[in-house]
Amino acid sequence: MKYLHLIWAALFRRKARTFFTLISILAAFLLFGMLDATRAAFSSGDSVIGVDRLVTTSRYSIIQSLPSSLGGRIAAVPGVATVASANWFGGIYQDPKNFVLSFAVSDNFLDVYREIELPADQRKAFDATRTGAVVGEPLAKRFGWKVGDKIPLQSTIFPQRNGDKTWPFDIVGIYKAAPGAANGTDQQFFFHHKYFQEANAFQGIGTTVGWYIVKLTSPDKADAVAKAIDALSANSDHETKTQTEQAFNASFAKQLGDIGLIVSAIMGAVFFTLILLTGNTMAQAVRERTNELAVLKTIGFSSRSVLCMVLAEGVLLLLLGGILGLALAGVVVPIVAKGSGGMLNLPPLGAQTWVLGIVLMLIIGALVGLLPAIRAMRLNIVDALAGR
Amino acid sequence: MTFLKKLGSGLLTLLIVAVFLAVWIALPWPAIVAAAVLLALWMTFTRRGRQTWEVTKVGLATVTQRLGSSSVVVVGIAGVVGVLVAMLAMSEGFAETLRSTGNDQTAIVLRGGSQAELNSILDRDSANVVIQAPGVKKDAQGKPIASGELVVVANLPKKDVPDSDSNVPIRGVSEDVWNLRGQVKMVEGRKFKPGLRELIVGKGASAQFEGLEVGKSIRLAGQTWTVVGIFDSGDALESELWGDTQSVASAYRRGSSVQSVTVLLDSPKAFDTFKASLAADPRLKVDVSTTREYFGKQSEGLTKVLRAVGITVGIIMAIGAVFGALNTMFAAIQARAREIATLRAIGFRGLPVVVSIMLETMLLALLGGLIGAGIVWVIFNGYTASTLGANFSQVVFRFHVSAGLLWTGIKWALAIGFIGGLFPALRAARLPVTTALREL
Repeated sequence: MKYLHLIWAALFRRKARTFFTLISILAAFLLFGMLDATRAAFSSGDSVIGVDRLVTTSRYSIIQSLPSSLGGRIAAVPGVATVASANWFGGIYQDPKNFVLSFAVSDNFLDVYREIELPADQRKAFDATRTGAVVGEPLAKRFGWKVGDKIPLQSTIFPQRNGDKTWPFDIVGIYKAAPGAANGTDQQFFFHHKYFQEANAFQGIGTTVGWYIVKLTSPDKADAVAKAIDALSANSDHETKTQTEQAFNASFAKQLGDIGLIVSAIMGAVFFTLILLTGNTMAQAVRERTNELAVLKTIGFSSRSVLCMVLAEGVLLLLLGGILGLALAGVVVPIVAKGSGGMLNLPPLGAQTWVLGIVLMLIIGALVGLLPAIRAMRLNIVDALAGR
Repeated sequence: MTFLKKLGSGLLTLLIVAVFLAVWIALPWPAIVAAAVLLALWMTFTRRGRQTWEVTKVGLATVTQRLGSSSVVVVGIAGVVGVLVAMLAMSEGFAETLRSTGNDQTAIVLRGGSQAELNSILDRDSANVVIQAPGVKKDAQGKPIASGELVVVANLPKKDVPDSDSNVPIRGVSEDVWNLRGQVKMVEGRKFKPGLRELIVGKGASAQFEGLEVGKSIRLAGQTWTVVGIFDSGDALESELWGDTQSVASAYRRGSSVQSVTVLLDSPKAFDTFKASLAADPRLKVDVSTTREYFGKQSEGLTKVLRAVGITVGIIMAIGAVFGALNTMFAAIQARAREIATLRAIGFRGLPVVVSIMLETMLLALLGGLIGAGIVWVIFNGYTASTLGANFSQVVFRFHVSAGLLWTGIKWALAIGFIGGLFPALRAARLPVTTALREL
């Protein structure tokens, strides 16, 4: 630490060069921050809150619904605490562009999803209102909805019994997502399955549910319970597939495409270039300072401390540029998310991104400092001072 | 005063950069080729030009001595161009696959407000009204050429990923489909027989999903279906499995309803008549569009997102690469300071020096651009991928690294080279001869 001012002085010996290099590093880590946020947005499978939940869907396809009588039989399986259900509604608000992630849910759905934080009085109002709906805060903000508003939602699939495709809803509650909830939890719209069933033009749909959400008494029974639930309908015309909520979400995200792979490929290209670029800068910097390093050695600095100083210079360079880049990403990501009008749900930069970023800075810094540092360590004082 | 002068020249340089970028983006390739030819002519026939050429030759000859730092420019720019072209190739491939699925002579009819076939439903009566509407082409027997279709989604595992589930679209089609979709050709096996549980499989689906080979059976809705053929269409239909409408409807308990009706029109012009007559019919509440419009719209969202992501990532990487190039070129002119000053002292003017350094940077950039674009072309042209499409099911598409995209990549590379070379070149030209000669 006592050499910090020396390292600092060496780093800014040529201001223009260091400044240019810093901007390149900044750009690389800005990109890293933004892409990592994108990756996180598409991997909502890592929520820790849902570990004790299973999702039961039709085995043949996501579009096939299950009989509502199955719910009671699932509830009787040992290890199952509660069973809730949900139906896809496919709602749009005013314009086809304004897609609303909307679901008709069973009455106990909000009890199963603890991460949906709804004030107690609004919950009561929801239970008491047939056409009531609760929405996530950012979603409500996006369309300017307030508690007490009556809003029309059009379903792309289901007309009402009177032939009308527009369903009226009363906004009775606006919820927040608890920390640790899956990304996108606060972008949803829930209403009563009863309303959906009674007003639906498709009579058959009312007696079916899209999927069941099963809350377990303990997460480590997941496999056994899932097998038992699937056994209930084996060889029937509505065979089921039960998996943990995480697996369900992950397989869904996978279908969009391997976002993680694309992000890694881009970052691979970026960091490869960055190593070459900063490595070159460091090599230049050390070559220029051959004389100074020789003087340092002459006045008693050991070879090892010279090695450490050059390595530290590389790491410091990366940390300076990288932290600025990640901080900039922290500012830019929310702006991008806002600018996309709810289309792109980028989460703010998490601690995980920062940790991974800083580890990368340390590794790349050491890597680009290594060759020049070894060169500096092996420097022969006499040759260096003689300019040979 | 000197401060004002400096500020003025700094602003002027920025202005040059901005104007250059604006013109560069708008410039079509013949103009750029013409500019290159002009430059070559200037370098061959004028005195200044020949001087420039000589200075450039010296610069290029010494590149090998600065291999490390020169490769920073090349690799940095190759990275930018590679990522940019790959992202755009993905976007373009997806858009092209969907766009080519439709044409102007066929129209698709969905229930009003459905947006995608999966959401739509038309009962038998409505479907019949649509088929009999004016503007629909009739075959030799006077029967309208139309296909009432169903789209359902089945879970199938992806190849090499045994436990995965992908939503694969299954389309129930009527016999007229072969007249309606001329692009569809059988490449293996035979067509399905109406009334039997037989499927034909698109080439793309067969390549992406497990167990879709001729002669194999798969389970759908609790029943066993046999794959009897593989078809090729070169568009989004290749991601689908086709069976007879009636067989699919009975397996999925859809009764006599269909989800969409696709008709062949007398001519593209007949679309307006067809649409107007359906809109005027009080029995129907449907959305009518040409298939080109319908499939084109499905690609819009994702294509835009991919383009935006590609260009954003490209711009950020380009900023990094510009500063990398600046570093390299500043170091290069510093190393050559004495030589450049000598040239100036013996009468070479500023212009040849400026142009030669810019040329050197842009040649390095061009090399980087070619390498980046080339690598992407070799790896990704025709690369197959799939994503979730409008019907909540997988659309298989191929990356398309078109000549246009390669050209875009080269253009980006040259633009980065221009900016990265301009500032060092100006510095070199302004270098006071006396101090530079005394240096070292």
